[in-house]
Amino acid sequence: MLKQPVRHLIDPEDLSIEELDALIKLAQKIVHSPREYADACKGKILATLFYEPSTRTRFSFESAMLRLGGNVLGFGNANVSSVAKGESIADTIRTVSAYADIAVMRHPKEGAPKLASQYSLIPVINGGDGGHQHPTQTLTDLLTIQTFKNSIRDNTIAFCGDLKFGRTVHSLIRTLARYGIQKFILISPEELTLPDSLKRMLNQTYSLQLEEVRTIEEAVEEIDILYMTRIQRERFFNEAEYAKFKNAYLLDLEKIKNAKEDMIIMHPLPRVNEISYEVDQDPRAVYFEQARLGVYIRMALILKLLGVECAC
Amino acid sequence: MLEVHSIQRGIVLDHIVAGNGLKIFNKLMLDKVDFSVFLLMNVPSQSMGKKDVIKIENKIDIDLDFLGLMDHHITLNIIEGGQIIQKRKLTIPRKVRGLISCHNPRCITNSDDYAQADFELVSAEKLEYRCGYCEEITRYIP
Repeated sequence: MLKQPVRHLIDPEDLSIEELDALIKLAQKIVHSPREYADACKGKILATLFYEPSTRTRFSFESAMLRLGGNVLGFGNANVSSVAKGESIADTIRTVSAYADIAVMRHPKEGAPKLASQYSLIPVINGGDGGHQHPTQTLTDLLTIQTFKNSIRDNTIAFCGDLKFGRTVHSLIRTLARYGIQKFILISPEELTLPDSLKRMLNQTYSLQLEEVRTIEEAVEEIDILYMTRIQRERFFNEAEYAKFKNAYLLDLEKIKNAKEDMIIMHPLPRVNEISYEVDQDPRAVYFEQARLGVYIRMALILKLLGVECAC
Repeated sequence: MLEVHSIQRGIVLDHIVAGNGLKIFNKLMLDKVDFSVFLLMNVPSQSMGKKDVIKIENKIDIDLDFLGLMDHHITLNIIEGGQIIQKRKLTIPRKVRGLISCHNPRCITNSDDYAQADFELVSAEKLEYRCGYCEEITRYIP
């Protein structure tokens, strides 16, 4: 029998829309019957190669593999691995290929997981590369949208905050465009708008409308999904500028008083101060549920990339 | 009037945009070779007004993608027995690998020798290329 080529997830576009839909369905099955998958990856090992700090993504992957009955090894800080001795990514992944069955990599350099995939004998998952892509956050977001809105396509989605450097936004908006969403509302200060190269690509490839506004209130009444992101202090020249934007993009109950009753508020987390704690009590706030769903979609992804046939 | 004799066997790079000849001459390291090479600058041209021309009295390997990137107006003539036996109009390459570096300082190609930057053309007019690793746009400036 011919050996199947190794599949990686570097970019959401590595998966077709049909494959994305199948992953979402599988994740929903796991949500409903997690015990049936408890031994699906027994004897398999996930390597977590985190060259920069991460709490949620790493724990979420580890939790996913442990819940599938597999094991986990890896590092959460490049300073304590051979990388600190100057080992190349290619050598690291070739070695790890001998120790594990699948790997997830986070790296500050954009394109690093793609480079790893070119030398790897096992599936490589991009766990976030610089400001470029974060495909498993995209999968998490898709599952969240499907779960709470029952459809991915028929929504007006607004992205708010740092749209320039926010990799979660870049990955998600491209994928939603593939799903055929025709209108996106982009809420950000002028300094943090979506990169021109991405806007150009979206406009050239898809038939869609990108509406840019400066405040949440301008668009809140037509939004079905409000996707908040963190505005990072280090992006600004001085504290005064940061303070100005920080408050303008702080979501509180006052700002969503005219929003739809079935709007949902998403956030990739961690939240710092862009969503007031009072919003947590609002039934439209789904960001903690979103984090929980992230484990299940990663379980589905691990099963798919490992080619685990589950009779569950 | 200055006369440059025809070459018997070799390569003529014609229709180089005036001003690009010396850059291409240097990039091809033609100052290091031991056969005859002619660099003609600001030669009158009916189609271009003025142009540069390089005549190389030998057959050498030239990366046509690289040459097309430097100046896609070039016509490359292969000369044998004093006659043009092959004429080729260069074009802007759709894909390039290892010829330009990514302008994104966060791109892995700028910090790891294993990652050789490969690019795909996104705008022929502006000579803009998208990096295959980080997807940022780099504008090539000859």
